[in-house]
Amino acid sequence: MGFLTYVVLPLAVLTGLAWTARAGFRSIAGPFGAVFRAMPLTAAFGLTVVTLYVLAALAAPVIAPYGESQVFDEFNLFPGENPDFLLGTDQLGRDLLTRLLYGGRNTIGIAFVTTALAFLIGATFGFIAAVLGGWLDQVVSRTVDVLMAIPQLIFALLLLTIFGQSTINMILVIAVLDSTRVFRLARAVGGNIVVMDYIEAAKLRGEGLGYLIFKEILPNAAAPLLAEFGLRFCFVFLLIAALSFLGIGIQPPLADWGTMVRELSIYIGYAEYGDWQAASLPLLPAAAIALLTVAINFTVDWMLDRYSGLKD
Amino acid sequence: MSGLARMIGQRLALGAFTLLIVSMVIFAAIEALPGDFAQAILGQGATPEAVASIRESLGMDRSPVERYFAWLGGVFTGDFGVSFSQLSFQSQYGRTGERDIVTVADQLAPRFANTIFLAATAAAVAVPLSLALGILAALYRGSIFDRAANVGTLTSISSPEFFVAYILILFLAAANPIFPSISKIHADLDFWERLYRTVLPALTLTLVVTAHMMRMTRVAIINLMASQYIEMARLKGVPRWRVIVRHALPNALAPIINVIALNLAYLITGVVVVEVVFVYPGIGQMFVDAVKLRDMPTVQACCLVFAGAYILLNLLADVMSVLTNPRLRHPK
Repeated sequence: MGFLTYVVLPLAVLTGLAWTARAGFRSIAGPFGAVFRAMPLTAAFGLTVVTLYVLAALAAPVIAPYGESQVFDEFNLFPGENPDFLLGTDQLGRDLLTRLLYGGRNTIGIAFVTTALAFLIGATFGFIAAVLGGWLDQVVSRTVDVLMAIPQLIFALLLLTIFGQSTINMILVIAVLDSTRVFRLARAVGGNIVVMDYIEAAKLRGEGLGYLIFKEILPNAAAPLLAEFGLRFCFVFLLIAALSFLGIGIQPPLADWGTMVRELSIYIGYAEYGDWQAASLPLLPAAAIALLTVAINFTVDWMLDRYSGLKD
Repeated sequence: MSGLARMIGQRLALGAFTLLIVSMVIFAAIEALPGDFAQAILGQGATPEAVASIRESLGMDRSPVERYFAWLGGVFTGDFGVSFSQLSFQSQYGRTGERDIVTVADQLAPRFANTIFLAATAAAVAVPLSLALGILAALYRGSIFDRAANVGTLTSISSPEFFVAYILILFLAAANPIFPSISKIHADLDFWERLYRTVLPALTLTLVVTAHMMRMTRVAIINLMASQYIEMARLKGVPRWRVIVRHALPNALAPIINVIALNLAYLITGVVVVEVVFVYPGIGQMFVDAVKLRDMPTVQACCLVFAGAYILLNLLADVMSVLTNPRLRHPK
């Protein structure tokens, strides 16, 4: 019964919502509606979930019943024990529902900033390497080869040991490590564009490097970069959640989902005594992470399909 | 044949060179630590004698290049130095009694064996399972099974390892105590008992890796089945099973080997989180603990082991694909 109420029901509601939203947008005439008419249900589901997450993240201070780090006298309350605290409180007496909402805001926000930073670094270097070529391209490309020879999580752990564990350090380390993948893509895409005649024409006109990158290459490389942004965001989001789960990522007092999973994991043993509400507490933030990444994957899958379809 | 040997030699040399560069990066890490290590290890209340003793045992009086080669030489003979926490203990209290110094290598060796055991168990289940499922999904492309597998694997890939792990713990350890949720592994367990305690972490890794591997196998087989010689074989009336066994499989070997190696390399990072969830005494757990304590020698040793395994697996995939695909032996 619990499984039906807590797993199947929310998923069914979300799917229903996606269905209705898609049906609503489909009725719009013109090219905007046409996008939705060809949209599979998985993509509609993905888009709906992503929209809900973004709204919840933005509106967290409004929706959340209490402040992010507001401490109450009742600590370690179980879910349902006190109607004021729907999901109970943690070991310091902070409301868990509030922490969950703010956790989403922080985790999504930090992952977004990190991915954006990675794209800024990776795409800039990638395009510059593509335009200039020569020794600069060689130096940056070989550096990237070395950075990519070590698995990302392992390298991130090494770098965090050196620079010390703080949220800012984690953002910078992950952004730099992840920019290597963006660099490879940007360099490949940029390389295909650089050989075009309009770039040659712009060069002959005497346009500078900045003009070439921002006015000529970037608009033509936007579609593959956008799809990649979705995938990189998923990856960065999961990496940040994993690091926080290990206790090396986002640091308290900021609420975040990875840390919440670890802190709440002690409750899982209550399943033995039939207290499923308490036992499933650590699964809430974990499932929230999984649902968002699944939704983004569904959306990106569809975008890639559309993009490659347009090319044919 | 000499061409083949030379090609493999080249790949091996490239792999060795990458490892050397990576070792330099990892060694440079300790140099980048801000401040004096000796002071950092001991903290605020360090006596001058303790600081001097640590400086001496770290060889701080020599140049970084000299220390790098000394470190690298040590690594080749299995000596990763002594962990900061051990150094700190000794310099405060001196060598206590007859006890030998516990080196990083001493701590690493049993944990390394445990991690290999966990990864091998996961791989032994995941590899055949995902190959079979991937080939089935490719052959019955577009069927209900294929579509369900697509959604299922995408979900599994998107979930963090700890989500899968806690679901398994909730149902298989907490609600129905079938398997232990904490893997207490020690040296004097017999094989079956050890396997029994490894089931849950191995199952978690299997679920995550199988999804990846199955998707990649499916794509590899679909690409293969779209090639012209397969169509030719079909058109001339070769039975379906013969098309697969005789025509498709020999050519599928290279992509499949690649898929396996890539995913085994993926296992390496997966192992860190899973070991922490199940308190499994492997290198991943040791690594995370060392990072928290900023214990550089241990972090370097773990990092080198993980990076080395990763590079070796990728190298193995490279060499194997050259061996199975004659076309790659003649570049251009």
